[in-house]
Amino acid sequence: MTLQTRHPAPGPAPAAAAVPRPKARRFSALLHRSPNLRLAGLVTAPAGWLVLVYIAALAALLVTAFWTVDTFTGKVSTEWTTENVVTVLTDPVYQRITLRTLWIAIAVTLIDLVLALPMAFFIAKVASPRWQKLLVVAVLMPLWASYLVKAYAWRNVLADGGLLEWLGTPVGLESPGYGETAVILTLAYIWLPFMILPIYAGFERVPDSLLEASGDLGAKPLATMRLVMFPLLVPSIIAGTIFTFSLSLGDYITAQIVGGTTQMLGTVVYANVGAANNLPFAAAVSLVPIVIIMLYLFIVRRSGALNSL
Amino acid sequence: MTETLAAGRQTETDAVPAIRLRKLTKEFGDTVAVNNVDLDIRQGEFFSMLGPSGSGKTTVLRLIAGFELPTSGSIELEGKDVTGMAPFERDLNTVFQDYALFPHMSLIDNVAYGLRVRGVPKKERQERAREALERVQLGKFVGRRPAQLSGGQRQRVALARALVVQPKVLLLDEPLGALDLKLRQQMQVELKELQRSLGITFIFVTHDQEEALTMSDRIGVFNNGSLEQIGTAHEIYERPAGAFVANFVGTSNIFDAAHAQKLYGRAEQVCVRPERLRLSWTDAAPEPRAGVTSRPGTVTSLVYVGHATQVRVQLDDGPAVVVLTPELLTGGDADLLDRRVTVSWDDAAAVWLPSGGS
Repeated sequence: MTLQTRHPAPGPAPAAAAVPRPKARRFSALLHRSPNLRLAGLVTAPAGWLVLVYIAALAALLVTAFWTVDTFTGKVSTEWTTENVVTVLTDPVYQRITLRTLWIAIAVTLIDLVLALPMAFFIAKVASPRWQKLLVVAVLMPLWASYLVKAYAWRNVLADGGLLEWLGTPVGLESPGYGETAVILTLAYIWLPFMILPIYAGFERVPDSLLEASGDLGAKPLATMRLVMFPLLVPSIIAGTIFTFSLSLGDYITAQIVGGTTQMLGTVVYANVGAANNLPFAAAVSLVPIVIIMLYLFIVRRSGALNSL
Repeated sequence: MTETLAAGRQTETDAVPAIRLRKLTKEFGDTVAVNNVDLDIRQGEFFSMLGPSGSGKTTVLRLIAGFELPTSGSIELEGKDVTGMAPFERDLNTVFQDYALFPHMSLIDNVAYGLRVRGVPKKERQERAREALERVQLGKFVGRRPAQLSGGQRQRVALARALVVQPKVLLLDEPLGALDLKLRQQMQVELKELQRSLGITFIFVTHDQEEALTMSDRIGVFNNGSLEQIGTAHEIYERPAGAFVANFVGTSNIFDAAHAQKLYGRAEQVCVRPERLRLSWTDAAPEPRAGVTSRPGTVTSLVYVGHATQVRVQLDDGPAVVVLTPELLTGGDADLLDRRVTVSWDDAAAVWLPSGGS
């Protein structure tokens, strides 16, 4: 299409307003031409850090688990032995602690899931944009406070004559006191944001039109939840459960503060590193949660829950 | 001279309309998205809702589908009041602008979805979904995911998914907006044929006036939440009911009341379509003929559009008008610009625009 009108023809631009020409930058040009160099520059530092600090530390842990401690000098001796690992796996005390830890982690994850799903749904799909921002901040806010402070706050809540008892007495409820239940309650509180945030992000990613299309095609709200919403949310839910599950599995501080005599894998590790001065045994114990998490990730992968992403 | 009925008034028929809107109003906070719309859409009709963005046409569609509830007014589907019903209770289906295909399901599961939630046994619904996909020429892609399809193919899946449950009315929300021109024109023809063969009512929302004109049995033109005019493509184009419709549907040369007074002795807006204007490359006044008006002017710009040339002429005693002339203009632009010309038109081609329109 051509357009011809009686307008003054655009003449040469006035010299004063000249725009500076781009300068030749050899290094930038080189990076632009060679993608491999670009990639190398980008990932060398983080990859180095990952190998050195993360994988090396894990490997050291693995190796240490197969060493032992000289009972006289209390020094780590580099003699190879499977004794620590065998003890952890076969001693009924450690089996019970492992099962209890697993149960606490699962309970915390389930409680957080039940609380997080409706909360995340409300924030992502019901609340007005203004409320949405406020609620996300409100969910994040507890993360600003120290973990220790929150655990001690719960110690007060759960204490004899504490808030929970004061609230519960009129309806005939008692505080669970310090123990396993207290650990579950406290951990569920502390890790809740880690469940809400990924699920909230997952809800955000589901376009409203998909939900409308489902209803439009005749699905009642429950069917829409089950057939459209849930399958699309599974990756987010798994992300959330990995957080709450693994964080609970490795916890030892909450167990000490509100757990009473409750032993978890974390407290065993702590006791062996500190009081018992048995680093190899601590390493052997800490292998248990690592193996459990790896198993969980393996199952998730195998189930194909992440394939629809 | 042609007169047009005011907007909103229409002939009532005895037959139960597919969709009947009465005093439909939707407010979002302070803004009135849909303002007191009365509309009857007949059974088996291809009805287009045309208007610029923000004119309320999509909101009307969403109200009919049940995704929004009206502030006031009523919606009837085949004589049954559905105003307060949830979308899954309404016997109509929607083709969404973004297609809204379920990303985690294969094509066949997407199409079978409506049958699945209605409790059709698996074998039967798979079979019917497969047939529906074959009808839209996607029979060999049944196992694919929506992400593996092109825009045009997704559009067909969305269509198959909505039609497999045999709705009484199909709502289409700018379904061709994301397609390129060639594909869009092809889909226009296919949609029209589909509608004719199925015989169900299509309600089609678009901002593309050409699309609305080529496909629709009738068109409702929306502006600022209200219906400006309802009519066939012919009526809308030839007898626009106001300046808005005259300008939005095609282009129009509008003479304001003062100029109309000079031309015809009647102080009301009058419009003439560019292709109804004739151009003669001389300013010598032509022989006066009954029923023909001519005015001298000067050419100010030329736009070549392929099948014709748009010539902009500044009339000596009137506004600038655009003439769409099919003749091949020889000579360079320099020769043609500033030439003295005479623009003439049949009085029958001039349409009085009722005042009240903007």
